[in-house]
Amino acid sequence: MSTLAAPNENDLKDLISSHLNLEGPMLPILHALQHAYGYIPALAHGLIAEALNITKAEVHGVISFYHDFREKPAGTHVIKLCRAEACQSVGANALAADTLKKLGLDWHETSADGSITIEPVYCLGLCACAPAAMVDDRLVARVDGAKMDKILKELGA
Amino acid sequence: MKIYVPLDSAAVALGADDLADAIVAAAADRNIEVQVIRNGSRGMAWLEPLVEIETDAGRIGYGNVDASDAAALLDGKLSSLGKVDDLPFLARQTRLTFARCGVIDPLDLTNYQAHGGLVGLRRAAQMDQAAIVDEVTKSGLRGRGGAGFPTGIKWKTVSDATADQKYIVCNADEGDSGTFADRMIMEGDPFSLIEGMAIAGLGVGATKGYVYLRSEYPVAIRVMRAAVEAARKGGVLGADVMGSGRAFDMEIRVGAGAYVCGEETALLNSLEGKRGTVRAKPPLPALEGFMGRPTVVNNVISLASVPVIFEKGADHYASFGVGRSRGTVTLQIAGNVKHGGLFETAFGTTLGEVVNDIAGGTASGRPVKAVQVGGPLGAYMPVSKFDTPMGYEEFDQNGGLIGHAGLVVFDDSADMLQMARFAMEFCAVESCGKCTPCRIGAVRGVETIDRIAQGDGAAIELLTDLCETMKDGSLCALGGFTPFPVMSALTHFPDEFAAQKQAAE
Ligand SMILES: Cc1cc2nc3c(=O)[nH]c(=O)nc-3n(C[C@H](O)[C@H](O)[C@H](O)COP(=O)(O)O)c2cc1C
Ligand code: SF4
Ligand code: FES
Repeated sequence: MSTLAAPNENDLKDLISSHLNLEGPMLPILHALQHAYGYIPALAHGLIAEALNITKAEVHGVISFYHDFREKPAGTHVIKLCRAEACQSVGANALAADTLKKLGLDWHETSADGSITIEPVYCLGLCACAPAAMVDDRLVARVDGAKMDKILKELGA
Repeated sequence: MKIYVPLDSAAVALGADDLADAIVAAAADRNIEVQVIRNGSRGMAWLEPLVEIETDAGRIGYGNVDASDAAALLDGKLSSLGKVDDLPFLARQTRLTFARCGVIDPLDLTNYQAHGGLVGLRRAAQMDQAAIVDEVTKSGLRGRGGAGFPTGIKWKTVSDATADQKYIVCNADEGDSGTFADRMIMEGDPFSLIEGMAIAGLGVGATKGYVYLRSEYPVAIRVMRAAVEAARKGGVLGADVMGSGRAFDMEIRVGAGAYVCGEETALLNSLEGKRGTVRAKPPLPALEGFMGRPTVVNNVISLASVPVIFEKGADHYASFGVGRSRGTVTLQIAGNVKHGGLFETAFGTTLGEVVNDIAGGTASGRPVKAVQVGGPLGAYMPVSKFDTPMGYEEFDQNGGLIGHAGLVVFDDSADMLQMARFAMEFCAVESCGKCTPCRIGAVRGVETIDRIAQGDGAAIELLTDLCETMKDGSLCALGGFTPFPVMSALTHFPDEFAAQKQAAE
């Protein structure tokens, strides 16, 4: 992921108002914010609340409901490993355990140098060529130990 | 030379993008003119990336092609699979909904029409609302998202409602493990979904549509957005759909990683920008749906099956199938399986035929132990139930459900107690939190299964009671159906729950 801009009020307001013509603009706004900053800046909560005429608590309630939205930046790279049944049927549990061990991390944790965050995901629709993972924006299928080692090496882990 | 390299997520996840680049580079080296077409997937996942070269004799396939094979491919040094259409896995299918998927260029509207596209919409544009709804009813189409509700009846409710605005909402949240039919059609034949939604719009008097597409599907999001643009340019969407004088337009909206948002009322809340909690019914979404307006919520495959119903006629569609399950089922064969992928066939094939014959058994070569049918809320079907025909009622009678028609195959190394535990864990992670039996029950379920694993046999009865409570006291099928995988594992594989006990004693 590229280095992202620091949020300032004017940019946030512009970004929010560019979505206000939509029916149900909340999720599109949150996605756009996360795309721009890598997380949902706290500064945006009040601005969204104002723009949509709801409370800040409601905004926070929405953000915290969804697994996708982050309230603080993730590591430089995010690995999402599928934990769902089809992937489990071909060894995803062992793969996950090995990967976590190699990284010295538990689910949702970020490495000390900030380079890698590892998260579970429940199905990427690659269930006929499992186990599956998503590395930043890149999909990978039939992941085994060797493929994972190669990925981790590429990411500098 | 025309070369097809799939843009389908599965192919891409196995290197298809690099491969496409490598083919272009190798062609330039050799000074040969090559047109690389990024098609959808033919649905034979074990062969991906599956490359096809168009010849006078038809499209010749090459399986598991790596970027490093590009030169050999162009030099004719790669061994081929022969004509792709003749491969048994494809030749045995009845492809109605998926007829074009993998065949055409997904974003070429002219190519789409050369393969029967828009025939259905043109026909619907000449029909009034009642006639459109009747045609869908006559086809016997039932919702492919899970519940199997008759699509015609849903459309009629919305069609009969009066309101200043009605909506068509396509449920593309496809969260079930073992399913990818929605993804494949959106990537491989997006116009069929758009055409189906437009017909739905004309049928019920809705002028606006949304596709709620899960964020885990970046390729599908990109292809669908491009297809909507192309459809607008081609006059399929807009103020005057195919010269009908009636309007319909649509937008792609992206989900945010919550399984429960596949439940239709949670989806509507999410689309409105709220927390994705489940709404009590009534009111039905058909009467008070998106923004409180009458709304058709249909699964991707339900909607993408509509064009062929109008192209070939309701009777043709209904002539396939078994009992009250009419038409075709788009099976998704996944997990530990030799030949996994998408297999469209008339309802009525048995589970055993699918797993053993069509899919060739497990990938590991070990015996099959169980098949979870219908996603994380579906039952584990043991081999003793393999004669169950693929049909809604037929599965119900055998303690299972078809759901979105995903099959996850497990070999004999599967730990059924752990699978039951995972079902409870998943429910706890994804619960919307509205009802106690689901929110708290699932957490208790994990603890109870852990007690069983540690040898506490008495906890089995507790687990059974807990499942009863979840079944009876949950507002939606997340809490209500999690007992299916749990109890089926316990019932069909009791030793795995008891053995833990003996081991600990
Ligand atoms: C927890 C839960 C998740 C669901 N997920 C999906 C889904 O991802 N896709 C879908 O089409 N239906 C899903 N459904 C079913 C929908 O609520 C609804 O029945 C369906 O979208 C209706 O469309 P259909 O009649 O065309 O099947 C889910 C239901 C529940 C309870
Ligand atoms: S069963 Fe679970 S997911 Fe469904 S409404 Fe109740 S708490 Fe929400
Ligand atoms: S279960 Fe892992 S990709 Fe579907």
